[in-house]
Amino acid sequence: MANKRPFTDMLADSMPKLVLAPSFLIVMVCIYGYILWTAALSFTKSRMLPQWKFVGFDQYTKLMNNDRWAVSTENLIIFGGLFILICLALGIIMAIMLDQKIRQEGFLRTIYLYPMAISFIVTGTAWKWLLNPSLGIQKIVRDWGFTDFTFDWLVNSQMVVFCLVIAAVWQSSGFVMALFLAGLRGVDQEMIKAAQLDGATLPTIYRRIILPSLKPVFFSAFVILSHIAIKSFDLVTALTGGGPGYSSDLPANFMYAHAFTRSQMGLGAASGMVMLGGVLAILIPYLYSELRGKKQ
Amino acid sequence: MNKTKAAIAGLALAVSAVVAQAGEVEVLHYWTSGGEAKSVAVLKDLLTKEGHDWKDFAVAGGAGEAAMTVLKSRAVSGNAPAAAQMKGLDIQEWADLGFLADLDGVAKKADWDKLLPSVVSDIMKYEGKYVAVPVNVHRVNWLWANPEAFKKAGVAIPTTWADMIAAGPKLKAAGIIPLAHGGQAWQDATLFEAIALGMGGSEFYTKAFVKHDDATLRSAKMIDIFKTFKATRDLIDADSPGRDWNIATSMVINGTAAMQVMGDWAKGEFTAAGKVPGKDFVCAPAPQTEHQYTFNIDSFALFNLKSDDAKEAQNTLARLIMEPKFQETFNLNKGSIPVRQGMDETPFDSCAKLSMADFSGTAKTGDLVPSFAHGMATTSSALGAISDVVTNFFNSEQTAEVAVEKLANAVKASM
Repeated sequence: MANKRPFTDMLADSMPKLVLAPSFLIVMVCIYGYILWTAALSFTKSRMLPQWKFVGFDQYTKLMNNDRWAVSTENLIIFGGLFILICLALGIIMAIMLDQKIRQEGFLRTIYLYPMAISFIVTGTAWKWLLNPSLGIQKIVRDWGFTDFTFDWLVNSQMVVFCLVIAAVWQSSGFVMALFLAGLRGVDQEMIKAAQLDGATLPTIYRRIILPSLKPVFFSAFVILSHIAIKSFDLVTALTGGGPGYSSDLPANFMYAHAFTRSQMGLGAASGMVMLGGVLAILIPYLYSELRGKKQ
Repeated sequence: MNKTKAAIAGLALAVSAVVAQAGEVEVLHYWTSGGEAKSVAVLKDLLTKEGHDWKDFAVAGGAGEAAMTVLKSRAVSGNAPAAAQMKGLDIQEWADLGFLADLDGVAKKADWDKLLPSVVSDIMKYEGKYVAVPVNVHRVNWLWANPEAFKKAGVAIPTTWADMIAAGPKLKAAGIIPLAHGGQAWQDATLFEAIALGMGGSEFYTKAFVKHDDATLRSAKMIDIFKTFKATRDLIDADSPGRDWNIATSMVINGTAAMQVMGDWAKGEFTAAGKVPGKDFVCAPAPQTEHQYTFNIDSFALFNLKSDDAKEAQNTLARLIMEPKFQETFNLNKGSIPVRQGMDETPFDSCAKLSMADFSGTAKTGDLVPSFAHGMATTSSALGAISDVVTNFFNSEQTAEVAVEKLANAVKASM
């Protein structure tokens, strides 16, 4: 009798598994299952609805020959690169400034963090007005008397992608700042004091001690920002609608247009798979370095 | 006591009898803005008067894109609505997948073949059987002009594309934007389509945008059309990208711009601003398309249903849509013209009368052509391919020769 375990014990043992099972199942089906389904679709000639006539890599060939896809991937590289770099730079500068034990820090922090609470649709609409040449910044500066001032990026197909960068940076840099600020607060004060005793100047302390110890924060910020960049869809829809022409299209917009409104589901699925490839190319090295780091 | 019981029982019987006959039609549509919603309410009233129930299923947004997404998921899960607002070649795609109901019973009884021009009924039929019912006709090749602005600049309202481009500098000198336009892909395509029809003619237009004939798409005429299209870019102000069509229309209304090429839904904006056709604004066919007509027809596709009551209600809906009463009230509200031929013209305004006369006139000469920019002429994938090329050409420094090459290739790739 003594070695027979009571029922409650057994229940307690399997409880975590039981509780996790539904969400595990949902994740398996709704994320990984549908990834596989999309992968399968991308090899079919599906148009309006899924059709299981397999055509090999046809859709991928079509995709690679598509001018609009070329523009949207090029835009993603420009937009993603600048967005991540500027956000990281601004975030760390603002975090360091706020970390100088200034007055009203909580208030300022909230101000900078607040744009994150807004959706990209709102950000996009607001910046659409601000950047509109006959309505926003250009008009104000001209009304001040600088009649030659021109700031027409929003309607210029060469420059419009930088408008996306401006709006996205405005929204996300505060969030990066908060990440870095948390990181800065976690830096061992003893080390800094020791360095000060050794006569290190403040810039040296930041360069040699504080910033290197923020490496994990850099990594998380980079991963978060890069997936914000790749999935950007709402920002383009609200800010430019993909225009002028399709010069500010991003891959996510391309995918939506083809899969859902243009009855080219196969092509849309193929573009989705290429985007997934892009995300994996960033994620796998990151996960690899993270997991290896833990083992050591 | 017994009498009341009997009365109640009788009443209950009567009610149940009515219920048994009444079917419910669920109607998916995207007419949600003011005037449009009013137009739909007309249909709902007519249907309830016939003893059937109307279940409204409105999905707003994106010129029906959102509605189409919802429709796909409903249809695939075997739960399609009785009727869905749908246009052009989409009807054929749905019918091809076997989702649509056969309406020939209703159509034969009311003799739809006589009431509709064959260009229109061909779109509503799949393998010779009606599967959809048309609601209204929009003419797309309209030029909306502000006569005051033209008087100020001292030029006449253009009747050819060359005239329009020539009028540009004079209008600009008078401080007026010559052409109001919104830089969105479908608006670019609407303007391009009017130029292509005017310069190329109906046969060329049909060959290029309905049949997708490769030689026509690559022809020298097409290069000329693209060149003219690019020249109209100079008539448009720099801030046009992303502008909605109704904002562009309001520029014509208040005189900051002289004219706009847009379908007759623009008329609603003029009349809502209290303007009178012929006096405060002029509606004329787009340059060089006086005897041609690009149509954009709204229609309802009817889906296969299981229960007989629901089928009965669905057939009633289809019959009501084609009846003169609905055709008249709906189109007066919406600003379009009835698709049914031989209707009384008196309640309509001068623009609509012109449209009605041209609609039946061009139907006879073969100059009644489907608007490709509005999905009437070609599949959504070919339309997407064409409008990508058109809008990119319009907004970049690409040459007409390169654009024509890209057009032909893109159309081929979308097949």
